[in-house]
Amino acid sequence: MSALLRTEGIKKAYGGVQALNGAAIAVEEGTVGGLIGPNGSGKTTLFNVITGYERPDTGEVWFGDRQITGFAPDKVFAAGIGRTFQLTRIFPRLTVIENMLIAAQAKDRPKNLLAWFSRDAWTHHRKHAMELLEFVGIERHADVLAGSLSYGQRKLLELAYVLVADPAVILLDEPAGGVNPTLINMIADRIRLLNAEQGKTFLLVEHNMEFVMGLCSTITVLESGATVVSGPPEIVRTDKRVLDAYLGADLDEDEDAGPEERKAEEESR
Amino acid sequence: MKTQNLTKGGGIVVVLVVAVLFPQVFTNPAATNYGVLALIFATAAVAWHIFSGNTGYISLGQAVFFGSGAYTMGIAARDWHMQATAVFELLPLSAAVGALIAVPFGLIALRVRRHTFIVVTIAIFFIFQLMAFNFWFTSGSNGLNSPFLSWAPVPYNQNFYYIALACTVGTVVVAWLVGRSRFGLQLRAIRDDEDRARGLGVKAAQVKLAAFVISGAITALIGAVWFYYLNQVQPQTGFNPLFDLTLVLMVFLGGYGSISGSLLGALIIEPLYLWINTQPKLNGYNEIMLGGVFLLVVLFMPRGIVPTGSEYLTKLRTRGRPAVSPSTTIGPASSSPSAPSVSSGGAR
Repeated sequence: MSALLRTEGIKKAYGGVQALNGAAIAVEEGTVGGLIGPNGSGKTTLFNVITGYERPDTGEVWFGDRQITGFAPDKVFAAGIGRTFQLTRIFPRLTVIENMLIAAQAKDRPKNLLAWFSRDAWTHHRKHAMELLEFVGIERHADVLAGSLSYGQRKLLELAYVLVADPAVILLDEPAGGVNPTLINMIADRIRLLNAEQGKTFLLVEHNMEFVMGLCSTITVLESGATVVSGPPEIVRTDKRVLDAYLGADLDEDEDAGPEERKAEEESR
Repeated sequence: MKTQNLTKGGGIVVVLVVAVLFPQVFTNPAATNYGVLALIFATAAVAWHIFSGNTGYISLGQAVFFGSGAYTMGIAARDWHMQATAVFELLPLSAAVGALIAVPFGLIALRVRRHTFIVVTIAIFFIFQLMAFNFWFTSGSNGLNSPFLSWAPVPYNQNFYYIALACTVGTVVVAWLVGRSRFGLQLRAIRDDEDRARGLGVKAAQVKLAAFVISGAITALIGAVWFYYLNQVQPQTGFNPLFDLTLVLMVFLGGYGSISGSLLGALIIEPLYLWINTQPKLNGYNEIMLGGVFLLVVLFMPRGIVPTGSEYLTKLRTRGRPAVSPSTTIGPASSSPSAPSVSSGGAR
């Protein structure tokens, strides 16, 4: 298996709660992978383990042929894995463009002491940052405090500033959660574009089934911290175990993930 | 934008001219005394802003640097038998000692955040006060006296006024350079979300420590000026627990997170404090006054004069129409998705 990003046998416990129990995932280069599962199945924890925000108890994270298990978040980011958060984590009291520059500054370290006080971060990366803001459609708000953006725009900003550093893999934690349908389409559109034109690899957690099924070529289903099934959308959609795990065996299966979706939206507010 | 810059530049020139002329117009040492001490506190407040205002880490341990700077000058002048104006050559030494102390201080205190950080800075402050009381080289509770300066009262205050003014201007320039640089941006990113900033490659520990060292060095420098001006330092005046509370009050009154706010707060509070000290009827009320001002600020102007004032000015200029939120204001991040400047953007 030559996946660009893969995990093997990840286990992570918080006290008595086994959040991850042997979760395995593999994302091929240049594809959009999906990660789904009921609330509490360990999706975000797996993201945290991959990106270094949590240290796994056992198991390995591989990025290409490098083992990145237990790397600090900035090392993972520098290696080429960018991520967004379920509840967006932008810098609310910096302007939108300053948010972008924070992500850009990691790319070139100042060579001497004086450079720390120069304005190079402003001029140097500004053009690229503006292009990316334009790409996600919030360039008009460049000089506004990021905290005054709407929730959906924050998601776009977070996507844009992850893109600044030009990562090979982008992990999106519920990119469509709590966002209006127009904006959801736009986000999906941008992901498709990045994937098709720049060959970016994505892994996304999402409760919106339409979104996931439409975008992802491979979907991995987690339940209770372990991988239940992994495969193309058509297979996953009809898999009995998935329906049981994701919708709950005793739920009405015709409802098509309705309750989960609403729950997720409530959660993200 | 251009006219705004012009007004700003013009304002700075006017303030500078007034500051330079003040001791020439009011030559009375009682008046210039207000000026010297106000500028000393203004320097300390802006130095506090460089670290705490940018990073959001509220340090209540700045008196460690202030006192250490004062003691450094006192001990060095005593042991090296330095006299008169030669003592001023010790100012860089005081700053260096401040920077040196800031390194272990920062390495310990900056491991923790928020309230814990504040408590740790206070604890370290008291350790320093106790050391000043008990070490052999600090002369215990007697404190230290500075060498004698044979200046007449009027030029004495005037000279110290210009020294303090130079320190203030220098510190404001440093704070401004920090604010506009990538270094300052990193500090403010740490203030907003330290973990996220680290995840984006900001070397948070180093950046915070660097700001803390800069702030500590400046505070120690101005502590030495203060010591030579007053000719003496005791453990309870050099390492004064009220020093940090006063600084924080000054900054909160003027405007937390802005250079001009920190400056303005110090220039208001310190003269007020000194004036109450001189009123026999109000004797002993100055600490109560500080507390009162603090309450009023928290109740009516929690963001301070400068942010509230500039918002009011913007409102006047735009005649009540909501303006785009200026990037310089520091306030609670509004998360309301119905903000007027934003609602149209979602529907593209």
